Amino acid sequence: MGKTLFDKVWDAHVVDTLEGGPSILYIDKHLIHEVTSPQAFSELEQRNIPVARPDKIIATADHNTPTVDQHLPVKDVLSRKQLKQLTENCKKNNITLYGLGHKYNGIVHVMTPELGITQPGMTIVCGDSHTSTHGAFGSIAFGIGTTQVAQVFASQCLLLTKPKKLRVHVNGKLKKGVLPKDVILYIISKLGTNSGTGYFCEYAGNIFEEMSMEGRMTVCNMSIEMGARGGMIAPDQTTFDYVKGKPFAPKGADLDQRIAYWKTLKTDEDAVFDQEYYFDAEDIEPMITYGTNPGMGIKITDSIPESDDSSFEKALNYMNFTKGEFLLDKPIDYVFIGSCTNSRIEDFRVAAHYIKGKEKAKNVTAWLVPGSQQVAKQISEEGLDRIFEAAGFELRQPGCSACLAMNDDKIPEGAYCVSTSNRNFEGRQGQGARTILASPLVAAATAVAGKIVNVTEEITSLEAVV
Amino acid sequence: MEKFTKHSSTAIPLAIENVDTDQIIPARFLKATDKESFGDNVFRDWRFHKDGSVNQNFILNDSRYSGTILIAKNNFGCGSSREHAAWALSAYGFKVIVSSFFADIFKDNALNNGILPVTVSKEYLDFLLQEVVKNPQTVVEVDLENQSIQIKEHEVVEMFEINPYKKLCLLNGYDDIDYLLSQKEKIKNYEIHNNV
Ligand code: SF4
Repeated sequence: MGKTLFDKVWDAHVVDTLEGGPSILYIDKHLIHEVTSPQAFSELEQRNIPVARPDKIIATADHNTPTVDQHLPVKDVLSRKQLKQLTENCKKNNITLYGLGHKYNGIVHVMTPELGITQPGMTIVCGDSHTSTHGAFGSIAFGIGTTQVAQVFASQCLLLTKPKKLRVHVNGKLKKGVLPKDVILYIISKLGTNSGTGYFCEYAGNIFEEMSMEGRMTVCNMSIEMGARGGMIAPDQTTFDYVKGKPFAPKGADLDQRIAYWKTLKTDEDAVFDQEYYFDAEDIEPMITYGTNPGMGIKITDSIPESDDSSFEKALNYMNFTKGEFLLDKPIDYVFIGSCTNSRIEDFRVAAHYIKGKEKAKNVTAWLVPGSQQVAKQISEEGLDRIFEAAGFELRQPGCSACLAMNDDKIPEGAYCVSTSNRNFEGRQGQGARTILASPLVAAATAVAGKIVNVTEEITSLEAVV
Repeated sequence: MEKFTKHSSTAIPLAIENVDTDQIIPARFLKATDKESFGDNVFRDWRFHKDGSVNQNFILNDSRYSGTILIAKNNFGCGSSREHAAWALSAYGFKVIVSSFFADIFKDNALNNGILPVTVSKEYLDFLLQEVVKNPQTVVEVDLENQSIQIKEHEVVEMFEINPYKKLCLLNGYDDIDYLLSQKEKIKNYEIHNNV
């Protein structure tokens, strides 16, 4: 029987398999950040176990970091302590840290791909569920708990039971104004938030083949929101071209050799999946969410569905929406373009292209938070910062920011925020904050209109970017 | 880790679906760098009103219910991979969580922290919730060796699945790190063979 892309990468990393139990999987890259690593370091220290392969670990500071005045000492005492601890732990254990202010600093899932650290066929883990992002390169990448972070520190391996295999196909032609974010929000709205549980997902079809790496990362990023451990897309020329020339990518003959291997990482024709779903690209439209989980999404022109389920009602209550209500024309207070889902250069290009020559509505506070220092640099090199500034948007410094509101970037209680992040859970963007997930295009249009608008009606001129 | 063989206790009926990790432990409390202090903030925004006063309507504040077994509805622990959720529940004192469905990563995190996630059928869950709500003194017994759960002295016994390796770990009180370190040779060989 043929193998899937997942099987091929998995099999290449199995050290051993226990009778009737998990496998020992070798990990190529271990990414760490300030929030989920301190307890793992302490655990090792308490048990007197050294870090096995510090050379395979990359650290960044992102979750807790301020997005203004990064050159000054961090004000919040606890955040400062966490950052300090990360610095000390990395120093003590010889781990490379791209801390606050470093030119490579950024959200862990934005900075590692753009540095060429993420490569096809790798196993990549991080104490963060959106590690699934890196699956865009055809690597097995997934989030782990802190106990597992300690396992990888101690052995560079993880004990894992092989997940089941799921494949989602999207074929056809996307409508104008439909972005990768809409594709994944659409898929999750159709499949629900736990259809992927127990599975690793592969995305297949011309829609993903034609996507840029940035778009593929947006899609794989949200695999976790349908419950899947991770998502992956077979590497192809787009992938190789993206990796080539990045600071930590293989070079010369080494690269050629790698590419020859990466080309073999495709699901065989006769491989069998445990579950497959098929969608038509034509059916996808710009999406928004109306509830408190990412599966509660609708086409922007649709009304909120009717359901008598108590969790459903609780969600609507929290959002202060009613069944059957249309969200078009709904006034919005905040717009957040950022997070590891949509804070790459492409996202800001889309936003800038739309915003150019327009002005932000008075009732909206609009935060733009690049995913990394490199993205921030690119924004200014391409002159996008001037467009944003002229339109009244606030361009901040890189980090997770309002995606989880651990720093000062919080959405006030009761306020509506159209956000390009990945989670609309209660309180995720601040206590009582009401999050509406959307693409960067919808977010930009909302900021300009001051309310939710149907972008498809006015984007004929956007063809160049979307 | 403590050995886990059998556990019995009264239970707390948390009749809510899709309890996500941000509810279990809101992100603003994640700044602690040890594991123990998270218990104080478990379900923080459900237990307390914004002004800090106690929300009497939340089940954890209902003095009739107590115990170290939490019974929740479908899809418990969805959301983030942060282990803080498991630490918070463990630090608060929970030893067993019963649901008809657990999010993947949460399940692993719970097991790695000595909390046993017990997956039961929807019917049994409804029955259990009903009994516990009706009579807060109801004692629930969990037997890991037999993989069974039941209400004390009740004839209905529900069996549950658990990964055999995880079961072994819990029964013996050892963890994955102990095991992996015992496999050092094999890992070295892999590294040499694959030139990594
Ligand atoms: S941007 Fe949001 S989802 Fe991504 S790593 Fe940061 S907190 Fe997590």
